[in-house]
Formats: sequence, C-alpha cells, structure tokens
Amino acid sequence: MEYFLQQLVNGITLGSIYGLIAIGYTMVYGIIGMINFAHGDIFMIGAFIAIISFLIFGLTSIALPFILLFVLLISMLFTACYGWTVEKLAYKPLRGSFRLAPLISALGMSIVLQNFVQVAQGARTKAIHPIITGKFEFFKESDFVVIVSHLQIFMVLLTIALMAGFTFLITKTDLGRAQRACEQDKTMASLLGINVDRTISVTFIIGSSLASVAGMMFVLYYGVIDFYIGFLAGIKAFTAAVLGGIGSLPGAMLGGLIIGLIEVMWSGYISSEYKDVAAFSVLIVTLIFFPTGLLGKPEIEKV
Amino acid sequence: MSNKLLSVENLTMKFGGLIAIDNLSFSASESQITSIIGPNGAGKTTVFNCLTGFYKPSEGEMILHKDNDSISLKKYTDFKISHKAKVARTFQNIRLFSSMSVLENLLVAQHNELMVASGYSIFGLLNLKRYKDKEREAVEKAKYWLDLTGLTTRADDNAGDLSYGDQRKLEIIRAMCTNPKLLCLDEPAAGLNPKESSELNKLLKFIKTEKQTGILLIEHDMSVVMGISDHVVVLNYGKKIFEGTAKDTRNSKEVIEAYLGVEE
Repeated sequence: MEYFLQQLVNGITLGSIYGLIAIGYTMVYGIIGMINFAHGDIFMIGAFIAIISFLIFGLTSIALPFILLFVLLISMLFTACYGWTVEKLAYKPLRGSFRLAPLISALGMSIVLQNFVQVAQGARTKAIHPIITGKFEFFKESDFVVIVSHLQIFMVLLTIALMAGFTFLITKTDLGRAQRACEQDKTMASLLGINVDRTISVTFIIGSSLASVAGMMFVLYYGVIDFYIGFLAGIKAFTAAVLGGIGSLPGAMLGGLIIGLIEVMWSGYISSEYKDVAAFSVLIVTLIFFPTGLLGKPEIEKV
Repeated sequence: MSNKLLSVENLTMKFGGLIAIDNLSFSASESQITSIIGPNGAGKTTVFNCLTGFYKPSEGEMILHKDNDSISLKKYTDFKISHKAKVARTFQNIRLFSSMSVLENLLVAQHNELMVASGYSIFGLLNLKRYKDKEREAVEKAKYWLDLTGLTTRADDNAGDLSYGDQRKLEIIRAMCTNPKLLCLDEPAAGLNPKESSELNKLLKFIKTEKQTGILLIEHDMSVVMGISDHVVVLNYGKKIFEGTAKDTRNSKEVIEAYLGVEE
C-alpha cells in the first residue's frame, strides 16, 4: 500500500511534465491539423534555457522563490520566441500545401533544433545540483516510508495553476474564442474579421511556453539534461495527446497523467528497463480500440 | 434614390479559358436590397467571391463608398474584408461554429473590438474594468439581435443544435455583429419553409431600414426576391442581361428566355 502511494505520487509528478507538453501537440493539431514533431525539441530548448538561467542566477544572491520565478519567465519568453520562429519559418510558408508537407518540415525542424543545441551547447550531458530540497515523510512507522518532496508538490501545484489559467484562457477569453473559431472554420473566422495567422502564431507561443515550463520542471526533477531529451519526452507527450484524444485539451492533460502513471507503475512493479515499451504499447492499444482517444470526439460524416 | 454604396465596374473573372464573369457593371445602394439572380452557373457566387477577396478579378474595379470615402475592394483580403472594408458575407451552406454556443458565435464576430479593448487578452486575463465593460457591451449587442430573431432562449445551446431555419438566421445576425456596411447573402432562403422564409424577409427588411446596411442577395426563391428586392440584377453566362426593379424583371423578355429557354 505504501509502495503504491509512493508510485502514485511519482506518477502524478511525471504526468504533469507530459501533460504540459501534450497540450502543445493537441493545440497545434486542433488549429492547423498537423503534428508538430518539433514540439519535443522546443521542450528541450526550454530545459536548456532553464538550466542556463539557473546557473546565472545561482551566482547572484537572490532568494530562491524569486530565482524560480525569473527562470520560469525567462525560459517561457525565450522558448515562446523559438516556437513562434519555427512556425513562421517552417510551417507558415507551407500552409495550403498538401497535408504531409508541414509534417516533413516539422521532422526537419526537430533535427535542426537538436543539432543546433548539440553544436551550441556540446553533446555532453549537463547537470545541476538539486535546487528545491526538503521533503515530507509519511508512514514513518511502517517498513516503507512514503516520501513527497517539496519539489514534487511545487511541480504539481504549478501544473494545476497553469492548466487552470490555460483553461480559462481558452474557454472564457476572447482570444480563446477566436482560437476555437479558427479550429472549426478558418475561412469563416477570417470573414468575421479574425486574423487567422496571428491566432495560429499565438497558439504556437502558448504551446511553447507551456512546454518550457515542463522543461524547467524536468531540469529540477532529474537534474541532468542533454540535447536528446526532447525526442523521447516529445514522443511520450504525443502518445499522451493521442491517448486523451488529439485536439481535446482536457484529453491532453488526462493523457499526460495516465502515461506518467503507467510508466512509473510499470517501473515500480515490473521492470524499469521496459517502461518505454509500456508507454508506447498504450499508444498502439489506444489506436486500435479508441481511435479517437479517450475524450476525443468521433468524426461523424454526414452522408 | 439613396446613397450609392457599391459600384462594380467592368468586372471580369477568367479561369483559364473560361469566362465566369464577363464585363459586369452594376451598383448597389445603402439601405437597399439588391438581388443578383440568374440560372445555375451564371456566375453569381463568383461575384461574391470577388467582392470578398477569395478571387482576384482578372479585370475591372469594385469600389465601396463609405463615409465620403471610396475604397477599392481589390486591395482587401482575408480578415481585412470584414475588419477594414466592412463587408460581411454568408455562404450557400451553413458555416456556423457548430460546437460553440449561439452567444459565442455572435461574440466571435465582435472579436476585433474586444481584442483591442482587452489589450490582446492580456488585460482580459487580469479582468480589468475597461475590458469587462466592453464585453458587457458585446453581450448586449448579441442579445439585441437574439431578441429580434427570437433566439434568446437558445443563447447557451450549441449552434449546431438549432433547427435549420434558426441556423440560417443566426448566420445572418452573426454577420450583422461585425457592423457591416455591405452584407452579401448567398441563398439565405435555401431550404427554408414558407414561414421561415417570411421571417427571413422581415429580418432583411429590418436590417436595411434600421441599420442602413446595403444588402446584396443571391437567391433562387422568387417569393423572397420579388417580395423584398429594391433592385434586381440578372446574370446569365457571366453577363448582365437585365437590371431594374422587381416588377420590371418579372416582365422582362430576356429574363424569361434565360430561365425558360427560347421558343423555337
């Protein structure tokens, strides 16, 4: 029981990271109908910017909460610029082209970003000392002590706050309305005076900044990053988005959580070597039994 | 004669060798309903597509006169058609945002005003008073149109759940929420029952008299065309074959020939 609780806590924490990245996939798919395979690498860029700014702020004597806030804002800002630029350079010129064109462009962009970071930052892994330390211990009398670290609480709370804010943005604000309108009918939206190009850019900016938060959490949680982390994390977040129903925002959050839990539970109870196999088997099973995902809407074609 | 709103001059649209619109000139006025009729394939929808920036005309000009200013519609594409040129349109098929609520559909049409007021959503997130006031205004305006069309009770339902006739009405009032000078309606009465189409007539008459909006109407339903048009333009094979009042159109030999064919 205690062991299970521990895995549950770890799973939810990992799920937050996947959920935040998955939102970027699902939003971009919703609005322009393409899988942005460079999104995982945007997450990786976010992690790198976070680690660089942690190191810079580490030299100063600013209090820890402020450092966290500054790093968060800086990595969101820079990563959003990357996301925006990628969209302008690689996807916008291909809008209106055949469906596979932006997909191939995205794969290319992913390789470009990976190699850019490899050249600019070196191929060796970068490590950082734990920044948020401290933990709560539960069930001290039993033989298995459940540990909930302050970091895990910070990550989960930050994710919940971001997702709440984000849901508000999409459902209640004018920008969100415009975004949903573009998702359904871009021609009509532009005839009603909505600047569709700008709305798409904003989508990429929001998706990228959420991914950068995930990147910063990854740095804090694992402490070790390299230029290749975006690939695996990206594919898993993509799995999460598909599992939840691609195009559905609550689905992406739910999917992230489920993938995080499956991965952790599998490593905890069966074998940590095969955790990736478990996560991707979920993708296959989902596609066979729920082609539209858990919360995705089936497309009904009128005859 | 009221003020001239739109003048189309020598408009020609060629697709390769096919001439869809051939040297067409007509004008439409403020507070008037100008109907464009003609057999299928006469080029009516192509005229709309030129006006709203979907096609670039091969030749000719389309001038919109508003506020003592004349602008060429050729220069406007995309969202600027609605935002800057103040031209709104609907399509032959219904294109509502079907999984958004009726109210949201009307608010989307007021996107630009809200966007500026909300400082591109940044202030909107902070819930500043200025934005709240503007949003209340937008909801009021939506409510005004909903009351007028009797859709108020359905405001929170998904637009896709409305009946066909109500969806048609919603499309028109959504277009009106963009404050257009010129409203282009492509077969708004298609598929409506007689009661719905008489309601539509009433709505269009209200729009032209109360809102001083010029309406361009493509329609096959002659009861609508003859009932409300101030001015009728008849096209056949991309050419204008007749222009005049509804009554004159009904008696015109050319029009009857175009629709029914010539007796051998």
